[in-house]
Amino acid sequence: MNTVAFSPRRIGAMVLRHVYLMRKSWPRILELAYYPSMQMILWGFIAKFLTTTGSWVAQAPGLLIASVLLWDILFRSQLGVSLTFFEEMYSRNLGHLFVSPLRPYELVCSKLIISLLRTLIGVGGAALLAIPFYHYSIFSMGLPLIAFFANLMMMGWGIGLMVSALVLRWGLGAENLAWALIFAAAPVSGVYYPISVLPGWLKPLSLALPSSHVFEGMRAVMIEHQFRVDQLLDALALNFIYLVAGVLVFLAAFRAARTRGLLVHIGE
Amino acid sequence: MSECAITVEGLTKYFGKVLAVDNVSFRVRQGSTCALLGGNGAGKTTTLSILLGLLLPTSGRVTVLGEDMLRHRYRVLPRMNFTSPYVDLPKRLTVAENLTVYARLYGMSNIRPRLEELSEELQIGAFMHRPYGTLSAGQRNRVALAKSLLNQPEVLLLDEPTASLDPDMGDRMREFLVSYQKRSRATLLLASHNMQEVERMCNDVIMMREGKIVDHGTPQTLLGRYGRKNLEEVFLDIARYRSYQPAARSAR
Repeated sequence: MNTVAFSPRRIGAMVLRHVYLMRKSWPRILELAYYPSMQMILWGFIAKFLTTTGSWVAQAPGLLIASVLLWDILFRSQLGVSLTFFEEMYSRNLGHLFVSPLRPYELVCSKLIISLLRTLIGVGGAALLAIPFYHYSIFSMGLPLIAFFANLMMMGWGIGLMVSALVLRWGLGAENLAWALIFAAAPVSGVYYPISVLPGWLKPLSLALPSSHVFEGMRAVMIEHQFRVDQLLDALALNFIYLVAGVLVFLAAFRAARTRGLLVHIGE
Repeated sequence: MSECAITVEGLTKYFGKVLAVDNVSFRVRQGSTCALLGGNGAGKTTTLSILLGLLLPTSGRVTVLGEDMLRHRYRVLPRMNFTSPYVDLPKRLTVAENLTVYARLYGMSNIRPRLEELSEELQIGAFMHRPYGTLSAGQRNRVALAKSLLNQPEVLLLDEPTASLDPDMGDRMREFLVSYQKRSRATLLLASHNMQEVERMCNDVIMMREGKIVDHGTPQTLLGRYGRKNLEEVFLDIARYRSYQPAARSAR
C-alpha cells in the first residue's frame, strides 16, 4: 500500500481529475482563453490609438498589450488555484479526498499544476492571438518573460491558496473573494503605469507586492532595454513570503476545518 | 479474543459548547461487522468522522489497525475506506473517471481489471460512462460503495450504506457486503437506521444516544435484554428512554 509522504502519483490523480473535466467541455477551454483574449484586443486598440497621440505608450509598442497579458497571468494563476478548490467544495468531494491517502500539501501541489495548465491555455491563447492582431509578440521579450511569468504565477498561487483557505474556513459564501482580492492588487501594482504616479502613502503597499516589481521590470525591459535584476530579486523574495504564507494559511484552515467538522458538511 | 481492528477510548467531541460525543469507548474485533445505532444527533456520524480522521476530537484516543489515528492516520488510510451520503463525488466526471481518480489516489496499479470486477459485482456497468451527476440516488449510492471498495479495505466504514436503494438493490448490496466481509475478513463498522440490515449483517451493536453509548452487545443479547422481537423495538426503547423489560431482566 502507498504510504509514502509525498506521492507524484496522487498529485497526478488530482491533476487528472481536472484534465477529465476540461477535456470534456470545449466551452470550458474556450472560456479560459476568451477573457484574456478580449482584454488583449481591447487594450490593443487603446494602445494603437495612444501611439498615434505621441504619448508615453508610443515609446514601446506593445507595452499595454504586454501589461494586460502579464496581468492576466497573475489573475488566471490565482483563479486556477481557488476555482479548482471550489470545484471540490461544490461537488462535496472533500470528505472522500481526505479519507484517501492524499495529503493536504499534495492537494496544494496539484492545484498549482492545474493553475499552470489553465494559465498557459488562457493567456497563451491570447498571447498568440496578439501576433496576427497587433503584430506584437510577447515572446520577443525573451528570457525576462520567463522571470516575469514565474513571479506572477507564484504570487497568484499564494493569493489563491489564501482565498481557498478563507473559503474553507467561512464557506462558499466567501467565494467572491476569489475575484475581489486580486482586483484590489491591480491599482497598486502599476500594471499600466509606473508606480511613481501613486501617492506617497500607497507606495509602501505597492512595493510590498511582487507584481509591482514585475511590472516595473517589464517597463525597464521594454522602454530602457535593460533587465532589472534588483526588481527580480525583490519580487522573488516577496513571492517566497507570499507562497509560504499561502501554504501555511491553507494548512491552518484545513486543520480548523478538521476541528469544526467542515470537511464532511461543506458544499453546495 | 480476536485482535481489535478499532479501539476507541474516552472519545469526546465538543462543537463550541455543544457536546456531540461524550466520553465514548468501544472496540471492534478484527473481521467483525459492528453497527453504530442511534437516532438523529446521537453522535454516530461524528464518531465515524473522527475514526476517519476527518474530524479532530476534543479528547480521547482512536486506534485503527494498530495505528494511532490522530498521529499516524496516513499509515492506515490506504487500508481503510468509507462511504457516506454526506459526501459526494464530482458530478461532471463519469463513474469510470471518478473511480480511476480514486484508484490512483489509493496507489493502485491495475486499475482496469479492478473497475471491471466492481462493475460486475455492484452492477454499475450500465452507467460506467455516464456523468455521476446524471445518476439516480440509488445508482450514486452503488458507485460510492464501489469507490469505498476500490482498495479492498481491511476496515470499511459505512454511513447508511443502503439508504436510497430500492428493497431489491438494498438486499443485493447487503448480500454483497456480507460476502465481501467473509471473503476478505475485513472489519465493517456501519451506521444505519435500517434495523433489518443490522440484524442481518452485524454481530455486534453499539447503541448511542445524545453522544453516549447506552448499550452494547450482539443483536441476540440486546433482543434478550430488552425482551423484544427485533432491533427496531430495542431502538425505540432506547430512543424513548425506556429501560429493560422486567421479564427480560429476570430472565438474565
